[in-house]
Amino acid sequence: MTPRSPTPAGLSALPEHSADSPLSVHAMTVAYHRKPVLWDVDYDATPGKLIAIVGPNGAGKSTFIKACLGLVPMASGSVEFWGQAYRKARRRVGYVPQRESVDWDFPVSALDVACMGRYRAIGWCRPVSKAHRQAALECLDRVGMADFAHRQINQLSGGQQQRVFLARALAQEADLYFMDEPFAGVDASTEQAIVGVLRELRESGCTVVVVHHDLQTVEQYFDDVILLNMRIVASGPVADVFTQDNLHKTYGGRLTLLAEAAEAIARTDRPVR
Amino acid sequence: MIDAPLASLGQVVDQWPTVAEVIAVLTLRSGFNTTVVTIGTTLFGLAAGVIGVFALLRKRAMVTDALSHATLPGIGLAFVIAVALGETGKSLPILLLGAAVTAAVGAACLQAILRYTRLHEDAASGIVLSVGFGAGIVVLSYVQANMPAGAAGLKGFIYGQTAAMGARDAVFMGVTAVISILIVVAMLKELSLVSFNDAFARVGGIRVGLVDFGVMVLVVVVTVAGLQAVGLLLVVAMLIIPPVAARFWTERLWLMVVLAGVIGGMSGYLGASVSALLPRKPAGAVIVLLAGAIFALSLLFAPARGVIAAAVRRVRLRIQIAADHALESAFESRDAESDLAVVLQRVAAQRGWPRWLTPIIRSALRRRGFAHGSGAAILITGAGLERGAEVCRNHALWTQYLVGYADVATNHVDWSVDQVEHVLSGQLIAELEGELIAKGIAVPRVPA
Repeated sequence: MTPRSPTPAGLSALPEHSADSPLSVHAMTVAYHRKPVLWDVDYDATPGKLIAIVGPNGAGKSTFIKACLGLVPMASGSVEFWGQAYRKARRRVGYVPQRESVDWDFPVSALDVACMGRYRAIGWCRPVSKAHRQAALECLDRVGMADFAHRQINQLSGGQQQRVFLARALAQEADLYFMDEPFAGVDASTEQAIVGVLRELRESGCTVVVVHHDLQTVEQYFDDVILLNMRIVASGPVADVFTQDNLHKTYGGRLTLLAEAAEAIARTDRPVR
Repeated sequence: MIDAPLASLGQVVDQWPTVAEVIAVLTLRSGFNTTVVTIGTTLFGLAAGVIGVFALLRKRAMVTDALSHATLPGIGLAFVIAVALGETGKSLPILLLGAAVTAAVGAACLQAILRYTRLHEDAASGIVLSVGFGAGIVVLSYVQANMPAGAAGLKGFIYGQTAAMGARDAVFMGVTAVISILIVVAMLKELSLVSFNDAFARVGGIRVGLVDFGVMVLVVVVTVAGLQAVGLLLVVAMLIIPPVAARFWTERLWLMVVLAGVIGGMSGYLGASVSALLPRKPAGAVIVLLAGAIFALSLLFAPARGVIAAAVRRVRLRIQIAADHALESAFESRDAESDLAVVLQRVAAQRGWPRWLTPIIRSALRRRGFAHGSGAAILITGAGLERGAEVCRNHALWTQYLVGYADVATNHVDWSVDQVEHVLSGQLIAELEGELIAKGIAVPRVPA
């Protein structure tokens, strides 16, 4: 894949959505309270790669994932998974949300959380069977958390909680995974456990899209990279795209014209607060 | 003149019920009306506790309060409409239907406020709550001024009128309780996932909006069912207090649901009984007070999450840290005789221990086998000196880590080191050592 430059909506050619690409994003624009955070994002993921999304704070990395999964509405654009709408491809997609997005003082154990990854397979209004529980336990084992299966989740360290979230996603048995900052605030052993799991997933043919904040480890852990700052600055294989020049474009000049335009649009809305 | 108030005070002293009366009420054998009221409030408490768990875990406690207040205008309007249609206006199903309708309107307003403004849920709930209640008071005063016949009972919905509960109401409570329990049992999986992590649930294909809507419908049904029992001002208490109390006792969701149901049911049962035995005690308030008492007991005495248990743990940790300090000092000074009295005196002076702490530390050290002997000749054991060496080493490791990797100035590490050296786990120590050996590797954030 070659690095792309952003194309204005309407002018871009129709997407060449293929059933091969696990994730095709076309002209995605997302706005929070009318303030655009992502402009005209086009992206086609190569199957079977570990893909890092990198960019400064507020660049829209998490928003990109959430918009792909339908968690935040898109102002315009489309997203397809293997050429299908998300509704149809849902069973093949796994998700690791940000650890801080939930209240960990919730009355469940690590195994209960891992079992949540099986709920989709179990179906509505049915209890978790022994087989599903066993499958969830094996997922905990893959992230090195089998010994903590019956531990209350609020008694786990931050890294252990992150691993439980990863185990839950593994229990979804997906082909495409989205992970939102899985390496944020984890200890060294958890980082190694996550990297191990990512490589296992790649070996079994999965595609993994990871919001990543540590530029030092991008080249070591990932195959492809998306450099994001409200738009895609560049995307493609790490060796081609992860250059000093592109990084400067992504991180340098915090308040670009794009950001100023977004502020201007936001100001036309009158906030209540 | 002085006697008069005393005399009137004497008159309001309750007649204490006899044991036979108490037993009769508690075993539901003191007349049909009392029995109906007791069963009704018990079932209401049960349903409210079970549903309340999910309102609480979904962090919707304020919303339930807003909805309960939004029922009031519905009651008044239903009365007006019923009278206009030639009904008596006292028909309970019509009044409760009106209550449910305005509660639903309140819920819709809440959603609209959240959707179209930047207000947060607390402010939005406050608006719906106060506007709903204000509208209700206006409608009720209109009813009282213009159609006084039969309107007297309406105010009862604000504070509850448990005694007026009939067999039909008890059946309504029973149906509500059974439906709530069935739904919760069938959908425990989905309810727990949506409450814990709604984004993950949505990605997995669960209709989160539908689940939330279902819970809110059940909350409204339970609220409406409870209007008669405890009144709209207190009904939210029965949705929130039993689950909060239950949470103190368990870390398992299904057990929390069961306990919340039991606590709610017990409060309803005992509250109605107390109210039947002691005249002039409003059942609704007594029920809520009993639930509050169960909450207070849970808060204090729950084994893991209770205040007392937490205080005991804190004191234990402080004693352990003080004992560690003594052992550390003994190791560092390498007292030939390891006389505990000498060591304790020195550490107490260094650290400014209060006088009462020394004997506590002495007995703690002996209990843990770090000191032995009796009377004037208590010596620190080999195990005690080993522990001192361990603490000393942790201290050095942590200082080196802070100064070397976390860029903390040397003169700023003392407090943190003093706390951390006692709580470092074996795994953490191994990691620290690894860090110190393999210099130059990115430093992991170690929780202090």
